Amino acid sequence: MTNPIQDVAGADFIFAIGTNTTESHPIIGLQVKKAVRGGSTLVVADPRKTEVAELAKVHLQIKSGSDIALLNGMANVIIAEDLYNKEFVAERTEDFEAFKAAVEKYTPEYVEGITGIAAASLREVARGYARVKNATILYTMGITQHICGTHNVFAVANLSMLCGHIGKPNSGVNPLRGQNNVQGACDMGALPAVLTGYQGVGLDDVRARFASAWGLESLPAKPGITVGEMLEGASHGTIKGMYIMGENPVLSDPDANHVVHALDKLDFLVVQDIFLTETAQLADVVLPAASFAEKDGTFSNTERRVQRVRKAVEPVGEARPDWQILCQVATAMGYPMNYASPADIMKEIASLTPSYGGISYERLEQGGIQWPCPNPEHPGTPVLHVGKFSRGMGKFNPVEYVAPAEMPDEQYPLVLSTGRRHFHYHTGTMTMRTGALEVYYGTEYLEINSADAAKLVICDGDKVKVSSRRGSVELSARITDVVPEGLVFTSFHFPEVAINRLTNPARDSIAKIPEFKVCAVKVEKTA
Amino acid sequence: MAEVTLTINGGQITVPQGSTILNAAQKMGVFIPTLCYDPELTIDGSCRMCVVEVKGARTLMISCATAATEGMVVETESPAVIEARKTILELLLANHPLDCLTCGRNGDCRLQDYAYRYGVKEGGFAGAMHQYPIEDDNPFIVRDMNKCILCGKCVRACAQIQGKNVVDYTYRGFDTKIAPAMDTTLAGSDCVFCGNCVAVCPVGALQEKVLRSKARTWEINKVRTTCPYCGTGCNFDLNVKDGKVVGVTSCDGDVNGRALCVKGRFGYGFIHHPDRLSKPLIKKDGQFVEASWEEALALVAEKLGGIRDNNGPDALAVLSSARCTNEENYLLSKLTRAVFGTNNIDHCARL
Ligand code: SF4
Ligand code: SF4
Ligand code: SF4
Ligand code: FES
Repeated sequence: MTNPIQDVAGADFIFAIGTNTTESHPIIGLQVKKAVRGGSTLVVADPRKTEVAELAKVHLQIKSGSDIALLNGMANVIIAEDLYNKEFVAERTEDFEAFKAAVEKYTPEYVEGITGIAAASLREVARGYARVKNATILYTMGITQHICGTHNVFAVANLSMLCGHIGKPNSGVNPLRGQNNVQGACDMGALPAVLTGYQGVGLDDVRARFASAWGLESLPAKPGITVGEMLEGASHGTIKGMYIMGENPVLSDPDANHVVHALDKLDFLVVQDIFLTETAQLADVVLPAASFAEKDGTFSNTERRVQRVRKAVEPVGEARPDWQILCQVATAMGYPMNYASPADIMKEIASLTPSYGGISYERLEQGGIQWPCPNPEHPGTPVLHVGKFSRGMGKFNPVEYVAPAEMPDEQYPLVLSTGRRHFHYHTGTMTMRTGALEVYYGTEYLEINSADAAKLVICDGDKVKVSSRRGSVELSARITDVVPEGLVFTSFHFPEVAINRLTNPARDSIAKIPEFKVCAVKVEKTA
Repeated sequence: MAEVTLTINGGQITVPQGSTILNAAQKMGVFIPTLCYDPELTIDGSCRMCVVEVKGARTLMISCATAATEGMVVETESPAVIEARKTILELLLANHPLDCLTCGRNGDCRLQDYAYRYGVKEGGFAGAMHQYPIEDDNPFIVRDMNKCILCGKCVRACAQIQGKNVVDYTYRGFDTKIAPAMDTTLAGSDCVFCGNCVAVCPVGALQEKVLRSKARTWEINKVRTTCPYCGTGCNFDLNVKDGKVVGVTSCDGDVNGRALCVKGRFGYGFIHHPDRLSKPLIKKDGQFVEASWEEALALVAEKLGGIRDNNGPDALAVLSSARCTNEENYLLSKLTRAVFGTNNIDHCARL
């Protein structure tokens, strides 16, 4: 996020696109509700009539996967009606002309054909966004091609720069991270092309600095491959061994059948986790890890705030904290790794990472710190891009709408979209074992519009089979107007409803995000 | 900003104009008991527990809702104040089950604290008692409306923190009760079980189901940490008894204040779940067998080292975790690059 969570409540205009904030980020949702109670305008763009959409002044019920067209259409209106922030565009951005040319064809009427949103509504929303003093855009993975902070947030960023709604309080571009430490995993260089703090592996001086700190002659310069490419490589035999720490790709990745097949072909698979997950079951060696309550460390939240995790109890059985296991593996492979505690590891991170340079466990005792925090005296940075973008000038990156890779057809006439539920989390590994959450919300269902249900002669509660070109699952139907005609929805939390057997692994060519929000399916009544 | 100076219990204090007497007293470190007041919620002024004597005023004033003014002279524990507080407590206790011995909030209850402070042993007005059934038809929260003192904090927390308006006052007079619409249970309402009402309840009327049945308040050791679920990064206190996490309670978090969602507040049960992995496992002939750490680590080192040496470092690939700590992600990146010798590391952030 460019701005702190608390800032959301102070925005005059909130544009939430592809985020059911109150369900997937409940506490950020509270800030949205607070803003609405205080008179701010909330506009939600989502194919589903979600809880947050119910709160909105305007709900743009767009067709799945048409977000870019919508955003470009807003920019078109704002430029055509001369509502953009000329001072900001002139002083702080570049490539405006290219952007202007690119959005020219996205007239509200053209966009209406793609998104299904009436031209008049689009105009109204665009004017509203452009005219207020402070406006914030919230979104989640559903809409974006961007990963991890350094890459520009194309369509969304373009819109915010156009109106100068960035680099100041109560505004900004605010992606909401789905998992507790996605931000931190990115910051720490758990990515193929960068080391900590997004320092590129291709840069000689970066590699030299890390190599010398790590006591090595050199480090590999060739960028690595992404998770999707790893699984491809595994199925083709170019990847022979994998080490998976605390992830469950069998349930979380698209086209689950393919993932199982790929992992099965490996010569050797190590999984380090707290439960014997669907992925761990495929491993050759499973290493028992400590849970968050059993170790010290830090998480970085979606607003870049580094916060402490503290050990409250001893690890169960012989489980060990992941950091200790990793040290022991390195040591066993002839590279001794010794740290007295996670505080020591953070010292090393701070010494190699400019944006974490001023972060230490001593300081974190006084509360979390938002990076960039370059030195021990620096207070941290709640709002990014004040006065200047991190790269200097803000760059407009024109983006074009492309239709989803798989559109409904005669054989698979419905669109399946997947997402999250309030009571659950990710692949359910943790929330299905709490003795409380799964007791209250114990079975998953398929949301289907009454018109579609009538056509298929499905009643509320009927068992149905949902199939795509890749696989099928069975679950109960719930008839609801939360989804429009033509769209069905379910979550990916429940192992028995392994919905990612159906989803499409077609990935965005830039950020390699799989297309979870759109795949073509058919629904049949089973009993 | 304009300021006012007033005298409280003989001492002088200067506070910004608009502060209440309660704010001023708190700033001075003078304790005034409250039941319906909460700094994060609107002022209700209904319980009258916070009354004080203001020189020149005809009646006692409620300090939570009375603005401090220039030259005001306030006594917070005068005989008249103490008498009034005792009467309030007697009225409350007259209609409150005196089962502190088994109450989950024993030791962390404002009614108990103030009864002790003012030496009120029992209700002075024998009369009708409520006989509401205890509501525990959901796995998160127990509601015992017999213990409710009608302070209304839960109503305001639900509306003002959670933005839900699930509970409100219903019925009238003696029958006044806090309930969801149509007097159903929480499970039958729109409640999302955030427990933010539980966090503000001053007595045992709202309790966390598991926590309060597993540990008495003084047996608990609290450890501040950060939520393991979504990316909001709420802070809370893990409640630990005998080496086990028995519950979660609110603290004053940087991001969330005292607010939490159902996952953060009630989703800790996985920590001690019997399915937790407790020993390394090695697959032999398609079956997992338990192994020692030495054996498992040696096998991992041998196999991964073998692939690296025979097939080249880029035949190895690593998935790190958006669930693990920064330190662990850093070390896995270091292990991948420095020991395996490849940049093939990613995590499932795109999902
Ligand atoms: S648990 Fe949350 S939603 Fe339910 S009544 Fe309490 S505050 Fe309201
Ligand atoms: S349930 Fe608790 S918070 Fe709500 S009115 Fe009763 S005593 Fe007050
Ligand atoms: S308490 Fe809820 S909103 Fe807060 S971090 Fe945890 S899961 Fe997210
Ligand atoms: S605390 Fe002041 S009236 Fe209740």
